[in-house]
Amino acid sequence: MKPGGVSRVLLIEDDPAVREGLELALTRHGHRVRAVESGEQGLDRLRADLPDVVVLDLMLPGMDGFEVCRCIRAAGDVPIIMLTARGDDMDVVAGLEAGADDYVVKPVQPRVLEARIRAVLRRIGRDQAELERHGDLTIDRAGLVVAKRGVPVSLAPTELRLLLELSGTPGRVHSRQHLLESVWEHGYFGDSRLVDACVQRLRAKIEDDSAAPVYVQTVRGFGYRFGPV
Amino acid sequence: MAPRPSLGLRARLLLAFALLCVVTAAAVAGGLYVQARNAILQRTQDAAVRAMTSRLEAIYPLRTPAPGPDELGEIAAAATDQNSFAVAFYGDVHSPVAPPPGPPAGPGEPPRGPGGRPHEPGGRAHEPGGRPRAMDLGVISPELRQVVAGGRTAWQRVEWQGGPWLIIGMPLLIVEGDRPTRLSGIEVYAARSLLAEQRSIDGLAVSAWGTGAAAMGFAVVLALLATRGVLRPVRELGRAARLLGEGELRTRIAVRGSDELADVARTFNNTAAELERHVEQLRAMEADARRFVADVSHELRTPLAALAAVADVLDEEAARLPEPAGRAARLVSQETLNLTGLVNDLIEISRFDSGVAALALNEVDMAELVGATLRARGWSELVHTELPPAVTARLDPRRVDVILANLVGNALGHGEPPVSVRLSADAHWITIDVRDHGPGLDETVLPHVFDRFYKANAARARSEGSGLGLAIARENARLHRGDLTVANAPDGGAVFTLRLPRRAHDPDGDPE
Repeated sequence: MKPGGVSRVLLIEDDPAVREGLELALTRHGHRVRAVESGEQGLDRLRADLPDVVVLDLMLPGMDGFEVCRCIRAAGDVPIIMLTARGDDMDVVAGLEAGADDYVVKPVQPRVLEARIRAVLRRIGRDQAELERHGDLTIDRAGLVVAKRGVPVSLAPTELRLLLELSGTPGRVHSRQHLLESVWEHGYFGDSRLVDACVQRLRAKIEDDSAAPVYVQTVRGFGYRFGPV
Repeated sequence: MAPRPSLGLRARLLLAFALLCVVTAAAVAGGLYVQARNAILQRTQDAAVRAMTSRLEAIYPLRTPAPGPDELGEIAAAATDQNSFAVAFYGDVHSPVAPPPGPPAGPGEPPRGPGGRPHEPGGRAHEPGGRPRAMDLGVISPELRQVVAGGRTAWQRVEWQGGPWLIIGMPLLIVEGDRPTRLSGIEVYAARSLLAEQRSIDGLAVSAWGTGAAAMGFAVVLALLATRGVLRPVRELGRAARLLGEGELRTRIAVRGSDELADVARTFNNTAAELERHVEQLRAMEADARRFVADVSHELRTPLAALAAVADVLDEEAARLPEPAGRAARLVSQETLNLTGLVNDLIEISRFDSGVAALALNEVDMAELVGATLRARGWSELVHTELPPAVTARLDPRRVDVILANLVGNALGHGEPPVSVRLSADAHWITIDVRDHGPGLDETVLPHVFDRFYKANAARARSEGSGLGLAIARENARLHRGDLTVANAPDGGAVFTLRLPRRAHDPDGDPE
């Protein structure tokens, strides 16, 4: 991640016209774009280029987008923005479960994609706060490190931001709309499934039992809250 | 024309059967009754006349040509038997009209009193057995007397003392040699009660009535069975027709037998089958058409994605391009945006058509939601709002945003300011009114406002928006099991009313 500087975008899109158009537009917005046409090539470039963000089309020949998404997520915490076809709701859910941070619907306006890229790349503010302890969980807001029973937990940027947002005010209920605005920088009418999917992934990493969460709790009908532990 | 009030088929059939039965029974029973009655009366008369003739033969020869009351009394006594009471006339002289007082005569002792006192008025004229005790001369009609005086035996039935009586009149003839030659001038009248006969005739009448009633009952039962036999298929037909009308195109009825009703059933089945085939054909065609629209929209998506990606580039570069390339670039950019909107709307409405649209339910504050919709589009300053606080609902905020954006956008674009948004709620429903203060919508336009691609003004070939906005808005409202309606306000302006249940249900389950 290069705060303030040029960010490297890995674009994985099979359609040549769309690929070229998006490459053109993103380059104009000041990104260094590496565009490839398949998931296999994408995974190769991931290791070689170490991009700041991946823009991934879900409909790919060969290795499909979900599989690519899981592989990228397994390899590291680089933010992933999915390109989905309008009307394919199941793809959105599956993509979010596979670890994507955000999604945009094709045909996409470049400025929308640009806003999403900026949101996932936004530098997480580091506080000079002390190490926080919540049960077995320690959150270092200065080093942006989360550890459970002393073992560091690897969190994707969106997951980390969601955890920092929720744990900042333990016991307070955050509505999905509020979380969409503060974590994803979507408007009021963002897709609340983003929040739900991210909470699921976060729970899988920090909870002992995802079905009976202690840290990130659901408040039925209202949203989520952290603890109290 | 108002429908003529009529009885049901069952009632009419029953009535016809009953009428038929009554007429037949009345004709048969009445005819038999009259015949039997005549036969009985005839036999009685004949017997009475024969008996009287034989009794009177016993009094010959007559003692005097001009008998006095005593002799007339003897003649009368001779003609009197246990069933009748006789009076003899000679001119104006007649035998006593009542027997002498005494102990009541036994059944075997007919009263034979040559003399006697006049019959007391109010006294009983005959005993319960029907045997006469006295006679009222008034019952012998002048016509009868005239006929008898003419030398012929005659009889007449009269009503007397509340019962039917047979009056038999017989002239006595003078016998010269072996042949009766001329009238003696003596007439004998005997009154015989017909009460017994009346009773047997009454009995006949009663049994005729009884038979009629039984036949009627039988006929009603038969009629009920027959109407059931006829009405059951008719009812079945009616039920099937109703089901067919309600869209149950697979409705068929069982064909029984080969009568006219079976023909009707067969015709119905053929019609239903034909209708089903046509409707299926139409549905298949419609589904094909919709699938085609969906497919086309999806196919357009990829080239549009490429176009949309570079439209911004063109737009931003347009200022630096020489004319007319700059204008062309702007046009391409703008139309790419419009085309994108149209394709997106087409895909959206295809999703409603194919039933895959689903709700993502969330508990939201309605005032906050409406405010966010207006803010997101920069309309906050343009729209007057009445948003009571603390009204919450469980719904899909993104879909409600689509609805509101459409309504408010329409009001701002086509109506006159001020545009107002008013929120109200009761225990179960949320109502949002969006109104403008323009001239309102034409009455002919109102029913079509939510039609796809409906253009209120044919001259305006293309307005902003895809022409699907209000159709999609209404589909979104209905997905919530709510509704979206439009009307003209009494004081001008169009009012769109969105009604949503406070707790929408997602058929796919709870998103939490």
